[in-house]
Amino acid sequence: MNDRSNRRGGLLEKARIRLRVNGEEREVLAPVHHTLLEVLREELGLPGTKHGCELGECGTCTVLVGGQPVLSCLTLPVECEGREVTTVEGLAAGGALHPLQQAFAELGSAQCGYCIPGFLLSAAALLRERPSPTRQEIAEATAGNLCRCTGYLKILEAIELAAARMRSRMENASD
Amino acid sequence: MTTALNVIGRPLPKVDAAAKVTGQTVFADDLVLPRMVYARLLRSPHPHARIRRIDASRAAAHPGVVATLVGSELPIPFGILPVSQDEHALAIDKVRFVGDPVAAVAALDEETAEEALKLVEVDYEAMPALMSIDEALQRPDARIHDYGPRGNVHKEVSFDFGDVEAGFAEADHVREDTFFFEGNTHLPMEQHAAVGSRGPDGKLTVWSSTQTPHYVHRALAKVLEMPAAHIRVIACPNGGGFGGKSDPFSHEIVVAKLSMKAGRPVKVTLSREEVFYCHRGRHPVAMWVKTGLKKDGTITAMHFRSVLDGGAYGSYGVASLYYTGALQTVTYRIPRYKFEGVRVFTNKPPCGPKRGHGTPQPRYALECHVDKFCHDLGLDPVRWRIENALSPGAITANQMQVRTIGLRECLERVVERSGFSSKRGRLGAGRGVGLAASAYISGAGLPIYWNAMPHSGVQIKVDRGGGVAVFCGSTDIGQGSDSVLAYVVAEELGILPEDIRVMTADTDLTPVDLGSYSSRVTLMTGNAALQAARRVREPIFAAAARKLGVPVDRLRAASRRIFDAGEPSRSLSFAEAVVLAESEFGTLGSVGSYTPPRSIARWKGAGVGPTPTYSYSACVVELSADRETGIVRVDKVWIAHDVGRSINPLLVIGQVEGSVYMGLGEVLMEEQAFRKGRHKIPSMLDYKSPTTLEMPPVESILVETLDPEGPYGAKECGQGPLLPVIPAVANALFDALGVRIDEVPITPEKVVAALEGRLRGPRMPALTYPQTVVVPPLAPGAPAAPPAPAASPGGSR
Repeated sequence: MNDRSNRRGGLLEKARIRLRVNGEEREVLAPVHHTLLEVLREELGLPGTKHGCELGECGTCTVLVGGQPVLSCLTLPVECEGREVTTVEGLAAGGALHPLQQAFAELGSAQCGYCIPGFLLSAAALLRERPSPTRQEIAEATAGNLCRCTGYLKILEAIELAAARMRSRMENASD
Repeated sequence: MTTALNVIGRPLPKVDAAAKVTGQTVFADDLVLPRMVYARLLRSPHPHARIRRIDASRAAAHPGVVATLVGSELPIPFGILPVSQDEHALAIDKVRFVGDPVAAVAALDEETAEEALKLVEVDYEAMPALMSIDEALQRPDARIHDYGPRGNVHKEVSFDFGDVEAGFAEADHVREDTFFFEGNTHLPMEQHAAVGSRGPDGKLTVWSSTQTPHYVHRALAKVLEMPAAHIRVIACPNGGGFGGKSDPFSHEIVVAKLSMKAGRPVKVTLSREEVFYCHRGRHPVAMWVKTGLKKDGTITAMHFRSVLDGGAYGSYGVASLYYTGALQTVTYRIPRYKFEGVRVFTNKPPCGPKRGHGTPQPRYALECHVDKFCHDLGLDPVRWRIENALSPGAITANQMQVRTIGLRECLERVVERSGFSSKRGRLGAGRGVGLAASAYISGAGLPIYWNAMPHSGVQIKVDRGGGVAVFCGSTDIGQGSDSVLAYVVAEELGILPEDIRVMTADTDLTPVDLGSYSSRVTLMTGNAALQAARRVREPIFAAAARKLGVPVDRLRAASRRIFDAGEPSRSLSFAEAVVLAESEFGTLGSVGSYTPPRSIARWKGAGVGPTPTYSYSACVVELSADRETGIVRVDKVWIAHDVGRSINPLLVIGQVEGSVYMGLGEVLMEEQAFRKGRHKIPSMLDYKSPTTLEMPPVESILVETLDPEGPYGAKECGQGPLLPVIPAVANALFDALGVRIDEVPITPEKVVAALEGRLRGPRMPALTYPQTVVVPPLAPGAPAAPPAPAASPGGSR
């Protein structure tokens, strides 16, 4: 591994980073080269974001920055300043599960569950832009997220179910 | 009187579903303890080398380093099997593959630990890198281990059940085929992680992403020379296992020892590259099969050979070797059977158990071979499989006992639903369908350490508020074993799964369960939970019967109420009954356990293959193949699985679909490739696995045979359904293109080469097999006796 550290007196040199995470203003001291993944998990106490490779290959660490899915293992926190960061901890509204979370739970879409936070955020970004995605569009939007347990089918079904429920909720709200 | 089931059989969410969809499941790397420091391991850059000298003193002096560790500090060897104790926590005098750990450092942060590793001085003397079965056999002088019968042969076996030569002499047709199955790996999404912490009382706790806390417990006690009673192992929920977290690992022992040296908690999280080195995945296997048949397709004899590339250590390899010969016999009638197998050490990451453990490779070979001899004899491959399927209660040539068998029904239903018979040979250019069937164990019939103790234990505590806590050593790796415990106890006590707290996989607090391997958990922990629940129900029902004035045998329980079956309005709540029972009998609790029935087999090596009951699967694959590019697209998969009883169809279908997915990855793309002694592709981008875009629709059909040995009749479902997928793809490709590719994975390059007639078929390594042991048939009516201890999964070393 490369020596990527900046040191002063044996300690890693840290920078002050301000982030808006799940609607909360947060400020942390972290080594400037630490990734958003590391800062979320280690400095901000948000371990719901998982890692599978730390090389941008598996999609497990997907979070939303400004509503767009990004790989937090390839993102530096300084790139996120002034933009909203959403992690799996920010999906549920208070005690109520997000419709995606509800559908994933009901359909057994989470086996080991390790990749699920990443899938949920990829799906949330998709449904914001396309409330009625086709199966193919869902598959394409989540093709960067690997899962070894499920064979993906129950994940795709849950995203369809959540999309249908979110549409009917929108329709009811606008009636 | 039959009793309706209220919980079993329903598509309920898993008990941990909400935690998993909110990111609140605590995996091993999520643990943070006060004063915790971080470890990294230095790994060998050489595939095979002697260690002349190792010096970690400069690393120890590096600012921020808290402790260092080298192999000589942990001299006692370990390994999952008693017969293959050939690993060290850190290599002492020799490294055997690129990635073999040689030293470890604990520091205030991971980066400092990583820096300090560069300061560890290791003087290596390179040895020949033996990267294939052939190379290992050609250099018996460059021994990778100093045990095994000869050279780099780890283990060799040969058994003849019923004189196959006489069988071949009777045959009208004899066919021989050779196959090769390349190795592949589990690729769990979670990288292995472990935390070690020695408390102020001197006792040690290790948290780990392990499927087998019981065996980690054994290895720690042995290597650290501590009483097992002073060590607590907690398996965190696994972020995927598939067999890859079933061995005790170097890093688990290292964090324990480092925490003892440092006096503070130590965590290690492996990088993805290191996960590839931990491996213990699918063995590369070269296979040869010869079958004699009558004109009508009746088999007269089968002779099967397998040669396994074991990688650098024993791991489960002796069991894997036996498994490549054990289950060929439990699907179709094979009156005479001979198996010869050899496992060879090479300088690659050690192979071990991956989903299906040692049986997907021979099943692939066998099911392709069946289609080939049916083609030779002009027999219909569907009818041949149905007509030759074993019957319930069958005893095979190698003395395996079949109990219930849903193989025929699986075949009939999958063929009917897929329209296989009308599609075969008629889908047009480049399109085809293929069929295959298979069997798997619902748990190994014998434990790894031979003893008379239960394979699974469950403890139940009922408190006076009506709360029920279930304790079991089983480990939830995503398959839903915690949920199965809750379903079984809820069913028996007439409460709801959400009323139950499940506490699992903690060697201090939970009774031993051997682990999440060999597809054993639903059957074994399910039976243990059933027994414990029925025992704790007795005082509760006795108190309820007295209160209601109803004979106890008329009581039923459902939906949190206990009631008179004849007059359901006479009832009381479960919580009220618990208070009455505790008042009358004192504190309420129970234990239950399960030990598999004794195997009837009596031959050395029969420690592998027996099971409480076999599951069965059949699969049809429809695919399209591009003749120009060689790219194969699977259009649809139909799969039927004899699950005995579906405890929760949602979870069963999840296991079936996941098995199909993993089988498709293995047959079409996944492979462990090595170049010049190094793993060519230790990354998730280059190790190709299917994405959402490659996954076809799957139609799952659950067949219920209600096996008397399973809880409510249940069998396994987590591994078996992988098996038929691989040969079904190969058979479908023959239907589509008219070519046979007898080598997995079936990559586009091989398809094109086969179409151009330039694909060289696989061949068997040149080696001699050991003297054959002729196994006499079981005496009719002889009392079932266990095989001699020498026939443990490893036999004798």
